[in-house]
Amino acid sequence: MAEAPLLELRGITKRFPGVLANDDVNLDLRHGEVHALLGENGAGKSTLMNILYGLYTPDEGQILLNGKTIDVGSTKASIEHGIGMVHQHFMLIPVMTVAENIVLATEPRKGGVLLDYASARKRVRDLSDRYGLAVDPDARIDRITVGQQQRVEILKALYRGAEILILDEPTAVLTPQEAQELFEIIRSLQEQGKSIIFISHKLNEVLEIAQRITVLRRGKVVDTIPAEGATEPGLAQMMVGREVLLRVDKKPAQTGDALLQVEDLHVFDDRGLESVRGVTFEVRKGEIVGLAGVDANGQSELIDAIAGLRPVASGRVVLDGRDVTKDGARDMIDAGLGHIPEDRHRRGLVLPFSLAENLVLHGYRKKPESRRGLLQLGTIGRRAKRLLEEFDVRGGTPDTPAFALSGGNQQKVVLAREIDADPKVLIAAQPTRGLDVGAIEFVHRRLVEQRDAGRGVFLVSLELEEILSLSDRILVIYEGQIVAEFPPTATEEEIGLAMTGGGREVAA
Amino acid sequence: MSDDELAEEEFEAAPPAGEVPSPQQHFASRFRGVTGALGPLATVVLAFFVSGIAIVAIGKNPLRVYKAFWDGTGLNFFIHFGSHSVRIPFSTTHVWFWWDTASISAQNLQQTLLTTTPIILTALALALPFRAGLFNIGGQGQYWVGSILTVWVGESFIGLNGPVHIALCLLVGTLGGAGWAGIAGFLKAQWGVHEVISTIMLNWIAIWTISYLLGQGGPLQGSQPAIPVSNQIADAAKLPIFWGPKLLQGLSIGIFIALAMLVVYWLLINRSTLGYEIRAVGFNPDAARYGGMSVARNYFLAMAIAGAFAGLAGAIDMLGWRYSLGQLDVENQAGQIGFIGLAAALLGRNTALGVGAASLLFGALLTGTSGRQLDQSIFRPDLAGDLTTIIQGLVVLFVGLNLLGLAAWWRRRRGRVATT
Repeated sequence: MAEAPLLELRGITKRFPGVLANDDVNLDLRHGEVHALLGENGAGKSTLMNILYGLYTPDEGQILLNGKTIDVGSTKASIEHGIGMVHQHFMLIPVMTVAENIVLATEPRKGGVLLDYASARKRVRDLSDRYGLAVDPDARIDRITVGQQQRVEILKALYRGAEILILDEPTAVLTPQEAQELFEIIRSLQEQGKSIIFISHKLNEVLEIAQRITVLRRGKVVDTIPAEGATEPGLAQMMVGREVLLRVDKKPAQTGDALLQVEDLHVFDDRGLESVRGVTFEVRKGEIVGLAGVDANGQSELIDAIAGLRPVASGRVVLDGRDVTKDGARDMIDAGLGHIPEDRHRRGLVLPFSLAENLVLHGYRKKPESRRGLLQLGTIGRRAKRLLEEFDVRGGTPDTPAFALSGGNQQKVVLAREIDADPKVLIAAQPTRGLDVGAIEFVHRRLVEQRDAGRGVFLVSLELEEILSLSDRILVIYEGQIVAEFPPTATEEEIGLAMTGGGREVAA
Repeated sequence: MSDDELAEEEFEAAPPAGEVPSPQQHFASRFRGVTGALGPLATVVLAFFVSGIAIVAIGKNPLRVYKAFWDGTGLNFFIHFGSHSVRIPFSTTHVWFWWDTASISAQNLQQTLLTTTPIILTALALALPFRAGLFNIGGQGQYWVGSILTVWVGESFIGLNGPVHIALCLLVGTLGGAGWAGIAGFLKAQWGVHEVISTIMLNWIAIWTISYLLGQGGPLQGSQPAIPVSNQIADAAKLPIFWGPKLLQGLSIGIFIALAMLVVYWLLINRSTLGYEIRAVGFNPDAARYGGMSVARNYFLAMAIAGAFAGLAGAIDMLGWRYSLGQLDVENQAGQIGFIGLAAALLGRNTALGVGAASLLFGALLTGTSGRQLDQSIFRPDLAGDLTTIIQGLVVLFVGLNLLGLAAWWRRRRGRVATT
């Protein structure tokens, strides 16, 4: 390494009660590079970056900027050293405008007290022009898209003079298109001489955007390698510590009778718009039917309507030969529908509840989990213990609150609950969203197991790769209608075309 | 991998919207019971400290004043041991006992417990809906509705068998409170009407309706003309008094009903499927719906049961020592019991044990500073009552501050400075 690093972390160690979050971590960032920090959930990536950003104090180790030791005891200090961070969940004030948010705490003032809004606007506009980050300075934060909010966060860091930008899982909240736009922005920032630390657990992204990659596992640096020449399987192995199957192995499907039949279903969304417009399909015993589509084409409303969480405007839903169109969520659960919801924090889990409590979210009102209206804690606890073991949930006992688990382990809890209820049909909505490769492999294996056990699995995912590797039949939804059906041998290109509404005549 | 690190990661990923508990809550949930009491204790200590400043400002010695409060509460009863002959309640038998149950402090203690009784119940009326994510400000109105119905049933049906009459009064008072709160619960469940607004309005509807009922020419005004007070309830309907003078506000068995309700509350919340639903709805209505629960039904039930607690408080007060209700009682004490119950629930963190302890604290404070119990040579009783209000207000304020969180923040800051 001939070039002197711009920033160097040396021997960073951080202990939390009972755990070593960062263990003697070394990392260097060169001027003008995109350096990816790769690791599973819980590997210590965010802890390390929060140390750099001054949110935590390291127990040991030094931070060097241009070869000189610096102290980043607070976020204020780190900002003064030109380090800016864009958190995964944005720190913006929803009711204020873009310009107000960006200049917050360092506002240009008129007469020492009043906000000089005109000047704030101008500065924001200058910045966004310079870096190609198109935003409307007068738009209110709660009225712009998540992708635009992220740009505001980046502008905020730039406004404060950041030379080094830390992006914490920046693509987790973005659509694929928005992610591509973000990559453009990152490249343009790079051209302007900014250095970027890019935190992710998505292998393809890291390979696409970064020049060098540092892999963390259980708080330790596995290695730092150049992105050129690195491969996805190789990185996955470094991350997880063993070989990972990125493709799913499965036997041919043994399909039987139809378990779930949806006929000419029409559903309205929250705004009263018809977002499911005449959907018909069926899921048979022993098959995985994948529903591909770009986000917000009616998938969420379709799932909600089937699961009894949203009224059906017209059409029919039949579960195992019984008309369940008008059934509510409780009846659907009792009728044999398992549902892995697309947002495990919003729906799948009651985060402050213990794992045992979360595991009886449907079963609490039935024997033997409760008798005469009283919870049978012994039974509930034993069941939880068994399921946590069976589904390899790590990081918690039955009494651990759900929020204390990593995303992957939380998803395993949801999976355990839904599968253990022995459903006839299992709806899996984005079952691997936000999970790392190890957990994805686990979830996929379990879903295939369900298929082989003679259940019908309805998989809804925005990840085309996931649909392709799991499904026995692939449906494509576009603007609330099923526009095409493909066999699993179809190519990404064919399906991708149908997802954008093209090639309707060719398909089906 | 230990869950600490995972927890750490999760918090970094936590949305700021408040749906994910703070690290302090996490900490508290893991050592519940040990650290759970620390925050409220710190709150109380701080409240007494700050009001001590007020005492100093009027030229008194806070320690002496607090000692006088303490003596007034009758809680010193427990620390004076001796050899006494004591009558067993509801009999003429005397036995040896280590506490003197007929002393002045015993009488003070009776008053403290008498005051604590309705506070426990109105605190539960706040605590239960709180678990469902609702804020029941209507404890006061529900209390009065329970009271007036109890008085009405108590003064009617003269000649009814005692236990039957008592049971009927308690039942009607309880159902009255439940119905009154149920209105707010129904409005919330059906149309999403905010329960804070509706319960506050229901409070005033209750107060002015009762004021009319008891006022000059009102349907429930007693037989004495020109006095806007109801008739006394039948003697048979009065709750048995087991400690202290019958005619001077001795302690009725109502305190045991209140204590039993603490147990009921604990069972309901922690052991019943209804409590499970209520907690799930309170933490995450979307997940509750997904789990097959009816959020609306739980909103309604949580409010109605809360109202039952508050109504029962009114009923017990009427049958235990008030015996009749006056127009001025309702108008002048419009906000008292409900607000104290609110403070007790907040301080007790909505747990059964916490509510019990906090209610005793406020019951003792009210009694210790009242004109009848406080040593007047040490502190003017008219000011003492204000001091109670100050302490109460400070507690609510500091509970809102989350002292433990503040302390943790301060430690972090200091830790940072130390490493530089």
